[in-house]
Amino acid sequence: MSETGIGARVKRVEDQRFLTGKGNYTDDINRPNQTYAFILRSPHAHARITSLDASAAQASEGVVAVFTGKDIAAAEVGGLPCGWQIHNKDGSPMAEPPHPMLVADKVRHVGDQVAMVIAETRDQARDAAEKIVVEYETLAAVTATDAAIKDGAPQVHDEAALNTCYDWELGDKAATEEGFAKAAHVVKIDVVNNRIIPNAMEPRVALGDYDRSTGDYTLFTTSQNPHVIRLLMGAFVLQLPEHKLRVVAPDVGGGFGSKIFHYAEEALVTWAAGKLGRPIKWVSDRSEAFVTDAHGRDHRTHAELAIDGDGKFLALRVSTLANMGAYLSTFAPAIPTYLSATLLAGVYTTPAIYSEVRAVFTNTVPVDAVRGAGRPETSYLLERLVDRAAKQTGIDKTELRKRNFIQPEQMPYQTPVALQYDVGDYPAVFEAGLAAADYSGFEGRKAETESRGKLRGVGISTYIEACGIAPSAVAGALGARAGLYESAQVRVHPTGSVTLFTGSHSHGQGHETTFAQVVSDLLGVPFEAVVVSHGDTAKVQFGMGTYGSRSLAVGGAAIYKACEKIIDKATKIAAHILEAAEADIEFKDGNFTVAGTDKSMAFGEVALAAYVPHNFPHETLEPGLDENAFYDPLNFSYPSGCHICEVEVDPDTGVVEVAKFTAVDDIGRVVNPMIVEGQVHGGVVQGIGQALLEGCVYDDEGQLLTGSFMDYAMPRADNVPFFTVAQKSVMGASNPLEVKGVGEVGAIGSPPAIINAVVNALEPLGVEDVTMPATPMTVWQAIQDAQAR
Amino acid sequence: MYSFNHQLPNSVAAASSALGSADDGKFLAGGMTLLPTMKQRLASPSDLIDLAGIGDLVGISDSGDGVVIKAMTTHAAVAGSSVVQAKIPALAALAGGIGDPAVRNRGTIGGSVANNDPAADYPAACLGLGATIVTNKREIGADDFFTGLFETALEEDEVITEVRFPAAQKAAYQKFENPASRYAIVGVFVAQTAGGARVAVTGASQDGVGRISEMEQALGGNWSADAVANIDVPADGLNTDIHASAAYRAHLVTTMAKRAIAAAG
Repeated sequence: MSETGIGARVKRVEDQRFLTGKGNYTDDINRPNQTYAFILRSPHAHARITSLDASAAQASEGVVAVFTGKDIAAAEVGGLPCGWQIHNKDGSPMAEPPHPMLVADKVRHVGDQVAMVIAETRDQARDAAEKIVVEYETLAAVTATDAAIKDGAPQVHDEAALNTCYDWELGDKAATEEGFAKAAHVVKIDVVNNRIIPNAMEPRVALGDYDRSTGDYTLFTTSQNPHVIRLLMGAFVLQLPEHKLRVVAPDVGGGFGSKIFHYAEEALVTWAAGKLGRPIKWVSDRSEAFVTDAHGRDHRTHAELAIDGDGKFLALRVSTLANMGAYLSTFAPAIPTYLSATLLAGVYTTPAIYSEVRAVFTNTVPVDAVRGAGRPETSYLLERLVDRAAKQTGIDKTELRKRNFIQPEQMPYQTPVALQYDVGDYPAVFEAGLAAADYSGFEGRKAETESRGKLRGVGISTYIEACGIAPSAVAGALGARAGLYESAQVRVHPTGSVTLFTGSHSHGQGHETTFAQVVSDLLGVPFEAVVVSHGDTAKVQFGMGTYGSRSLAVGGAAIYKACEKIIDKATKIAAHILEAAEADIEFKDGNFTVAGTDKSMAFGEVALAAYVPHNFPHETLEPGLDENAFYDPLNFSYPSGCHICEVEVDPDTGVVEVAKFTAVDDIGRVVNPMIVEGQVHGGVVQGIGQALLEGCVYDDEGQLLTGSFMDYAMPRADNVPFFTVAQKSVMGASNPLEVKGVGEVGAIGSPPAIINAVVNALEPLGVEDVTMPATPMTVWQAIQDAQAR
Repeated sequence: MYSFNHQLPNSVAAASSALGSADDGKFLAGGMTLLPTMKQRLASPSDLIDLAGIGDLVGISDSGDGVVIKAMTTHAAVAGSSVVQAKIPALAALAGGIGDPAVRNRGTIGGSVANNDPAADYPAACLGLGATIVTNKREIGADDFFTGLFETALEEDEVITEVRFPAAQKAAYQKFENPASRYAIVGVFVAQTAGGARVAVTGASQDGVGRISEMEQALGGNWSADAVANIDVPADGLNTDIHASAAYRAHLVTTMAKRAIAAAG
């Protein structure tokens, strides 16, 4: 391994500009003659707009234009599209109500967009927006999933009876019932996977521009996937062809999923820029982000597990209510179904599984993918259920897991819920996790904790996830309205340096470093000679972007394929110049050598020859060294791992402290260990946030009570321990780099380990369950309730 | 934020007079509450009378039997003051636990006391130590100063100039923080003073900072955590929000009081 190749701990090249304030974020971009947009938003969760008078706003100082829902309804534009169609049990398609850029008739959540004011300055736009007089007839609101399906619940959309978006199922119901008929034990659990607000550090920004002389539109936006935004916005909303629409997502300050989706503001500023012939910038403030960025999770699940007399899992049945929010965000319908229910086998041999998911509309911010997206919900359910099963059957929680693990020799393993795991060694990962966590030393640490008057618990999570999203054929068969390949173009310049154009998008992942490591390693060129270009549809070939831990597993595979083509072409050139047969050329360490001779050309020499082709046989050898590849994965990739958490609980206050956290993950080949560790740290911190801190709360009127950091608790440095992070890599993943994806494992594996630990700590007090987030009051109340019983 | 006039007087008298002549003026101390409120367009004063230009309002001195802290002294200065650390270490520790470093370097004692946020820390210290709040017009005992949520005995144009804290034989502050804002859900300041034991609580009550006489009496004869351990604070009249119910707050008052007494030694 070289010091900069695959496997090397290379410092992130992008950090120089990020840490010195030289990043180029969307709000850093300004266009000549720019105007500013302010969006007037609904203060009500559910209300009819009975009148709207914008005349005073139109006349306000500095105002260029005011657009309302009526203007949008009259314009030749579409609504925001949904990218994934789910079908009901009876085969009919899901309810898909319209999602207009600005609403004209009825607002459906606090923050719903009602009007857009465009002015010379941001303050003028905001001042004018305050002069818009909107009369609302307020309606009763519904925010909770279980309330949404009750008779008489307020109806969010006329198109969705009983607020139901879809009622979907997966698995063999009859086989599952047979399993239950044979069960020695039936273990039941109800879990709520709490709604979380993603809160990327950089709020969303959109800047639309239009060139009257060419008819070209440009949108600068905070996106994880600019080509997808170009396609969705161009084809479905504004009817603009790709060659007249450029979308640029420059440096982006975190997304965690929330910047995958196509948002109304992007289409609004682009559309209005065309109307006005002036650039329009919209910048979300933090308060706006709380009520407009898609939220995550919000599932309510009942599950039952059938177990035989030996502790083997026989069958699992699961029923989930999933909150879609007020409208369908871009990929929302897929989260509780194909990204969640398909993982219900976990790492276990449960032979029969039946799952049903009912998705509901409520008067809340739309819900979509947030780091993990469906898989944290499933890992939380399964690992909480397995712990409860251990308690109910009296089988130790480590032993129960071991009895039910899928064994490595069973690979590839077809689960009863559609997925086929390609490689994995769950027993080995589990043993590595127990060892790294010093699991056998827990009792000693517990005694020490108890000597200080506190309680200590240990929790285990042996999770699996499916990422590297996704084979297009599979996704298409399941309702995706997009392919899920990735693209790469490797452009070798005449003196041998390389520009990699990738369809992936880096918004914190460090692609400029890891991807350069891959190219440098494969082509044998210096790491410093590779630059990574991404995020601009005018520069980069069509790509699907970054989410679902897919950038290296899918995007990296495209890079690998493009590099293979480069090596093939360079081999042809070297063979020609060295007057040897292609088959005799060996490529190693950046040199093309005629086998068995000292005749050799360096990669740079071949590159120069490619662009100075004085004696090329033009009928068989083209000049140039510039290749692209599109890679469509053969399968998902399946990271797995063992997370072990130890908590200390103060029984007097309910305060939970994460005392020790160990994550041993199988993520396949590691390209940059430092970036991998950082990804796991960040993911686990978000898991700690969901498990202990982040509670999104709506009141009965649909007002978001946790609408700022004063009430929404994000994890901070003093909420997290020093982590033990290690990899137990099992090679053989179904992609050429044999990588599995690491972006989400921390957020998927950690919450159940944390809550299992809290429940374990509180067991002596009679507590059987604790809900997320396990805030001090929640824990204290659980103790009071248990002691009152 | 709406536009406003910024005034920078160089004396307390000029500040008071500027406020009197402003249409809808507000004194600006550290601005840790006022400025965010204005940025959210929830307040729109016509004038901000900025007290930062008055040099006389900054400084900490040893008064022999205690400390005197001028109104515009920052929390960080109080936390780092060797005088405060020596005379009333609990007060220095309390100041060092307010907000975050940015807040501690901008926020001032006068601003905090005048604002009387029901979850702020300084009011508990003032009440717990029996401080005297000195203004450009008079001296007000802490027991008479804090009159309710965000309410004080201050008149419209009255400016706090300093706060005088008598040293205590023993004192400590224990705060149970809101997990999000890190304001006090319950903060208890206990002190054994020349005039007897004092127990002041912030964060808990619907009436703002206040004292718990039952605990003070119990501590009078027996300064120990055990003395208050069985005192059940009634939940009636305590705040309830998404972070803490009234019953939980009531429990925390006793718990934090015990811990403060133990910490005071």
